[in-house]
Amino acid sequence: MTAVGILLLSAYQIIDHASPAISKFGLGFLFSTEWLPNFNVFGAGTMLYGTLISSFFALLLGAPIAIAIGLYLSLLAPKGIRGVISPMVEMLAAIPSVILGFWGILLLAPFVQKHVEPFLHDTLGFIPLFGAPQTTGASIFTASLILTIMIIPIIASISRDLFQAVPRDVQDGASALGATRWEVVRGIVLPTTSSGVIAASLLGLGRALGEAIAVAQVIGAGEAIKTSLFETGDTLAARIANQFPGAITEMHKASLYYLAAILLVIGLASNLCAQWIGRRFDYRRMAAR
Amino acid sequence: MNSEQEDVRESPFDPAAPLTPTGNLRRRRAVSRVAESGATFAAVLAVGVLAIVVYSVVVHGASALSLDFLLEGAPNGIGPALVGTAEIVAIATLFAVPLGVLVALYLVEFGSGRLAMPIRLALDVMNGYPSIIVGVFIYALIVEATQSQSGIAASVALAIIMLPIVARGTEEVLRLVPDSMREASDALGVSRWRSVLTVILPSAVGGIATASILAVARAAGETAPLLLITSNNPGISVSLNPFEAVPNIPVTIYRLSEEANPEGFTRAWGAGFVLLAFIMAANVFARVLLNRSRRKMAG
Repeated sequence: MTAVGILLLSAYQIIDHASPAISKFGLGFLFSTEWLPNFNVFGAGTMLYGTLISSFFALLLGAPIAIAIGLYLSLLAPKGIRGVISPMVEMLAAIPSVILGFWGILLLAPFVQKHVEPFLHDTLGFIPLFGAPQTTGASIFTASLILTIMIIPIIASISRDLFQAVPRDVQDGASALGATRWEVVRGIVLPTTSSGVIAASLLGLGRALGEAIAVAQVIGAGEAIKTSLFETGDTLAARIANQFPGAITEMHKASLYYLAAILLVIGLASNLCAQWIGRRFDYRRMAAR
Repeated sequence: MNSEQEDVRESPFDPAAPLTPTGNLRRRRAVSRVAESGATFAAVLAVGVLAIVVYSVVVHGASALSLDFLLEGAPNGIGPALVGTAEIVAIATLFAVPLGVLVALYLVEFGSGRLAMPIRLALDVMNGYPSIIVGVFIYALIVEATQSQSGIAASVALAIIMLPIVARGTEEVLRLVPDSMREASDALGVSRWRSVLTVILPSAVGGIATASILAVARAAGETAPLLLITSNNPGISVSLNPFEAVPNIPVTIYRLSEEANPEGFTRAWGAGFVLLAFIMAANVFARVLLNRSRRKMAG
């Protein structure tokens, strides 16, 4: 009961504290890109864009890698190696975000700025997303990479468990009919687990959307929406982490609460979607037995 | 490739011919091999990233480490922050573990179907709750009401983050307790709560400890809520009063990483090293404990 209570109370508290900003800026808050604490003008557009785009790229990069890791750990790896790599992948999830972010800004960002961004700009520069690299590595792109590292272990360990639950005899049957290992994966393992994998990816997405500290460290707290991924930006969670302790006016604080409320809604939506798909998947498998 | 296929079809079947893969099969095998090596590469990549992060923390952190660094206050050391983190996490554990175990007991031993479902859903949602949201929530609830940052509020926030980990972990081991033990206890006429206390909990204690350690490891590195709730103590000397802001490791690292100060970076690496070492050790310990209690349950 407490658990349900905490959830409801937290939603109420946040929306209640956001109400001055909600009533002043209304829904236009979502699209306005002006955030000027000194003039008491606030809008979430920049942060909303930054949150969505960085999480989207993290998922785009992370999900295939994580699913491949899940496949490797459940179907390919010899038992001894699995026993070593599996815990290591989970250990990756245990690294605190503040350490990952610190590593990101000191070591990953300069590397990305010197080597990865010029390469992407030269080869894919015709896409406006891959603009010219900036002077520091603090960018939406670097934030996406950090988020990728954070969501891989989540998706990988869930999909590993899913793949292991696929009945062995069905896979052996396909092999007996002459299917190669990849065809078994493609034809049996992935289709039977697809909804579970989607649910796992949504959980990963939820994690990426809500990550505050590591993103705040590497994204550079930009103030405008830029087309290029290599420019600075900001996310909802990172903006809250950066400005909440030093908010200058009541309206500033209320607007930060408003950001939290938006984040709450997006985070809950992706999380509930994941739960819903995951549960449906459970029931279907139970019915099949 | 197509022509080869047709060749096969056109040639009369010769049972004596050796079984060699045709072009098509060769292609399918190649695709399979590419996919397999892709998956292997992904696993190596993940382990590589872990190795790189740990390596850089160890290399940069080790140079900052010394006894003085661990004992002294800011700006030379992280002593007060270490003590503060230990205190905040310990109080959070006092909140979260009993509550989490009770929730799990309710779900497994006493839960009626109707209430168990929303509670389980709420726990899962809480598990995916962004920690900054927990921070904002506790700020609104406690810090704004009391007009001051406090260690105790941070403990409450961490407890909220720990609760689903403890509850779900405990629930899993409680489900592993064989029903025959419950039935034997019932048959002896033992009341429900006594059989929970004397039969079920003792056999699940290993799993509960595992879940609690994992929760502690998670809470120790949590930064976002602490930044809002207990961040305005610079950590010059040890302060244990939980009703004031308490210095702590994660916020120390965050603050140092935001300042462009090479000496600060060294100290942040050092603090990160200590934190990471603790978290990794806790994770390994939890895993060992889990394996042992699993074996005990099985045999």
